[in-house]
Amino acid sequence: MSTDLLIILLLAMGAGWFWVSRRQVVSQSGIKGVRGMHSLPHYYGSFSALLTVLPAFILLVVWIGFEDSILRMLAAGYFPAERDANFNEQIALTQIKNVYQGIRAGEIAPWIDQAALAWARWVELSQMLKAAFVLGLGAVGGFFAYRQINPEFRARNWVEKIITIVLAACSLVAIFTTVGIVLSVIFESVRFFTMISPMEFLFGLKWNPQIEFGENAGVGVSNYGAVPLFAGTFLISTIALLVAVPTGLFSAIYLSEYASQRMRNIVKPLMEVLAGIPTVVYGFFAALTVAPFVRRLGESVGLDVSSESALAAGVVMGIMIIPFVSSLSDDVINAVPQSLRDAAYGLGSTKSESIRQVILPAALPGIVGAVLLAVSRAVGETMIVVMAAGLAANLTSNPLDAVTTVTSQIVTILVGDQEFDSAKTLSAFALALTLICVTLILNVGALKIVKKYREQYD
Amino acid sequence: MTKSMMSPSKAAEKVAAGVQKRYAAERRFQRIGKGAIAVALAFLVILISTIVSKGAPGFFQYYVQLDVTLDPELLDPRKDQTVDSFFDGNPRKVLQTSVYELTGATGRKGKKEAFKLVSAGAQDRIRAMLLEDPSLLGTEQTIWFALDDDADSFMRGYISRETDEADRRLSDNQIAILDSLEAEGRIDYRLSDYLFTGAASRNAEMAGVKGAVVGSILTLTVTLLLAFPIGVATAVYLEEFAPKNRFTEIIEVNINNLAAVPSVVFGILGLAVFIGFFGFQRSLPLVGGFVLALMTLPTIIISSRAALKAVPPSIRAAALGMGASRVQVITHHVLPLALPGMLTGTIIGMAQALGETAPLLMIGMVAFIVDTPTSMLDPGTVLPVQIFMWADFAERMYVAKTSAAILILLTFLVCMNAFAVFLRKKFERRW
Amino acid sequence: MDLVVDQATEQPEERAVNIEKTVGNVHVKNPRMRAENVQVYYGDKHAIQNVTIDIGANEVVAFIGPSGCGKSTFLRCLNRMNDTIDICRFEGRISMDGNDIYDPTVDVVPLRARVGMVFQKPNPFPKSIYDNVAYGPRIHGLVDSKAELDEVVEQSLIRAGLWEEVKDRLDQPGTGLSGGQQQRLCIARAIAVSPEVILMDEPCSALDPIATAKIEELIHELSSQFTIVIVTHSMQQAARVSDRTAYFHLGRLVEVGPTKQIFTSPQHSLTQDYITGRFG
Repeated sequence: MSTDLLIILLLAMGAGWFWVSRRQVVSQSGIKGVRGMHSLPHYYGSFSALLTVLPAFILLVVWIGFEDSILRMLAAGYFPAERDANFNEQIALTQIKNVYQGIRAGEIAPWIDQAALAWARWVELSQMLKAAFVLGLGAVGGFFAYRQINPEFRARNWVEKIITIVLAACSLVAIFTTVGIVLSVIFESVRFFTMISPMEFLFGLKWNPQIEFGENAGVGVSNYGAVPLFAGTFLISTIALLVAVPTGLFSAIYLSEYASQRMRNIVKPLMEVLAGIPTVVYGFFAALTVAPFVRRLGESVGLDVSSESALAAGVVMGIMIIPFVSSLSDDVINAVPQSLRDAAYGLGSTKSESIRQVILPAALPGIVGAVLLAVSRAVGETMIVVMAAGLAANLTSNPLDAVTTVTSQIVTILVGDQEFDSAKTLSAFALALTLICVTLILNVGALKIVKKYREQYD
Repeated sequence: MTKSMMSPSKAAEKVAAGVQKRYAAERRFQRIGKGAIAVALAFLVILISTIVSKGAPGFFQYYVQLDVTLDPELLDPRKDQTVDSFFDGNPRKVLQTSVYELTGATGRKGKKEAFKLVSAGAQDRIRAMLLEDPSLLGTEQTIWFALDDDADSFMRGYISRETDEADRRLSDNQIAILDSLEAEGRIDYRLSDYLFTGAASRNAEMAGVKGAVVGSILTLTVTLLLAFPIGVATAVYLEEFAPKNRFTEIIEVNINNLAAVPSVVFGILGLAVFIGFFGFQRSLPLVGGFVLALMTLPTIIISSRAALKAVPPSIRAAALGMGASRVQVITHHVLPLALPGMLTGTIIGMAQALGETAPLLMIGMVAFIVDTPTSMLDPGTVLPVQIFMWADFAERMYVAKTSAAILILLTFLVCMNAFAVFLRKKFERRW
Repeated sequence: MDLVVDQATEQPEERAVNIEKTVGNVHVKNPRMRAENVQVYYGDKHAIQNVTIDIGANEVVAFIGPSGCGKSTFLRCLNRMNDTIDICRFEGRISMDGNDIYDPTVDVVPLRARVGMVFQKPNPFPKSIYDNVAYGPRIHGLVDSKAELDEVVEQSLIRAGLWEEVKDRLDQPGTGLSGGQQQRLCIARAIAVSPEVILMDEPCSALDPIATAKIEELIHELSSQFTIVIVTHSMQQAARVSDRTAYFHLGRLVEVGPTKQIFTSPQHSLTQDYITGRFG
């Protein structure tokens, strides 16, 4: 039975128990009608429906979630006793799954065929059991609820309690997401660090991971020194900030202090447009227009410019971050109390004097926070660098060279064919761990700075 | 007695002396501000005009008019006009006959070059025509077919006659054929019917966004169905029910942190957990939807909380005073009033999700999908990933198509954001 | 001054009731500033109607009246602070030394150096005490050397009665002081540019009685060197500190005269009603 059908049946069962329970309480209440019941009739129905659908649905989700891992465990029992040096569990499982789905590629060892047949049997068994248990649980839940129905039963309170629990459970999704991110990244990173020492990773100057399985295995020596990647990220982010911070900050100052309401109403949405453009579009623009332009410009003055220069990627990333800096700065400047402005004007300051000497210093912590958030955004940006910056792990401070970044490498490594146990694939997780740590530190730092200095003049 | 201070008249003198310089500084400062805004807007204008100028041609293609004899011997070998028969047929030969006749091509090389000028998709066109209307068998039809992308690029001027033949993708002979066809009026520049109906293809002239658009719609549906209820539920819980204790603080800090995590990391999460552990297939809109939902969740939660906060406490107090339970206060009073704000935040979150590429790349959506997905469990791709893939291809025509695809994506985004703004304006209340 | 304000001891024969004409002497000899036929509009609302009054040299003038009568608005006209409010429109003439300060060619920046302001809620800059007082002299270029600046800061703080309390912590933030000290800091800041007139907009309304007393004493000392115009909603304060008092009512200047006379035998019935507490 397919999952869709199962869900529909479950909902139908829930609806059934709803009607039945509702009728039951109405008939039990007799002449007194609604006044004789603790809650309105539909609460009794809802109570039954909820007890039918919720536990069964949770069971269904858990079953689907863990089905595959259990099947994989069972399939491991079919692995041959003697394995040659190239044996890899992941690949074996993939082969079994492929055969199960009818894809036969290359030579299929007999144990794979057997395992695939067994897999098909287990899947069928699982579908049947799943349907039985889920619907069964639904029926039992509904019946149990039905037994509780009588006019004195405080249905509304129970229903509301269930609703509150559901709401609280939803708020746990955020926690589970974080836990998921942390576990999936740390798990694999630890495995990586058992193969490559953290010292080499953090301080090594050469980055060229090689493929370790398959035909090209072992060609060339792999190096996992991530410093060129850090340098590349740093270089591009710096260029981006050099573009974004002055433009964004001064735009914000002009818009909040000098511009007329009409100008604000036109310019602010336009700047928001810059923020809404997808990063893949920026990447395309960078690769198609900006990089060749920079190259031609450089060559016309006799400089040697790579066709995937850090400058091009950095400038376009800066354009993307401008509205970020601008809108955060705008909020911060507007938050400075009017009384300070009054004091400055009352003493005979010109507007620019009051901005430069009173308002900006007062707003400085917020602006620093905004800049840190912009840095975090730049560091985590992926598409622009993948499309416009290169893959060459160059350790350079010349913006006209091609560099690669942490995010670019993560994408490149994980998007190809993966062998889950090679150091190359695992290095992506180590990079991701570094990325998460850096962006978290920047964000927490930004929040702390803003909080600490805000107290000063509140 | 204290020392006397500067007399007011002396002070006034000094002030007057310095005033001009200060006003000059003021003017400079204003100019810098205006300059910054001008720079930002200039970037915007350059970006948009580049995309539009490159994208507008992407909506058009060059077509060639061929006289085709729909020979039933070749096209309906089983002679029963069934679907199987048509698929057994040989429209390629029919086309070749037509092309050789029209261009007068001779010799193996000449014929091959002449045939190469027509799109490989022409054969599918013929077959599709017959499937729709089998009565066309045996007739002579004048049909417009798309030119092959190299020929198309030549017509647009990207491939130049002047380059050496060895370096060119078109031979002199092919160029001569095109010239003569054009002179006969058999070549036309018209609205591409491949862009919207075609799927991903290695042939640039046949490439279209239909598969990607459908994939995007499926993925976003999953995202919405997951993120909106969970996000609103979380916001309601945190805002209305949660006690102010350590645990609640942890959840709030968590959400703020998740909002700051780069999108790539969510892709890694999807790869490791949904594909690695739960065993889903790669490149499914379902998995993409899960990943994007987790990414959009913080945005929806934060904007929903703001919407809930904006509802005045006096309304809650009034409802409670009438004997409504807390859940009833929320469902009957607070939620309906906060709903427009929540919807606005959700639509904006969806618009961001529509443009996301990196996390979807990680869950395998870079695979080359030719068939349009029909359900969220069919492998598919999304529009931004399609753009990313096309951006890599070398043929010139892909530049136009990629830009056109970008314009389509931007149109969707503009519509969604405009709708969100409209909602906000319409339901804005001033308490 | 220890007037008992709620008993008018002398009753003039007739009290004026007409609100169109200001009662009492609006003009003085050698005025510092002169306002003539001033009208102020907030959008469509006619907030100040036809006010004419002189501000004399080295005197303390108090503006009193019920809430919303326009006294603060009029005060802000005297240093053109209302320019910062978009919907506010000014008509009429205010002159200083015979020159119309609202003339388009007049520079507002030097004007505000000559006519300083102290606000209702103390608003020191989030800078050090030293930098707060030094701000004015710095931007107007009044001093040429650090030593001169130190001098000016010290003198201003002494005159504001704050020096002894802060002389050892000049580099600490001004916002760290108590409310009363902050207000005296704001006064020191205003004095530092050597203005001719100091406008004070309810300077003590946010302060406790002890701080208030200190400031009132300060006003008394400062009046020998500066002209002070003070808006206050406390009649007792007006009676304590000012030489002349002007009573505003619904945007009009109803009566002006020597403080003692206003509070013992006002000539307008509205003034009489206000000071005896029948409204406001």
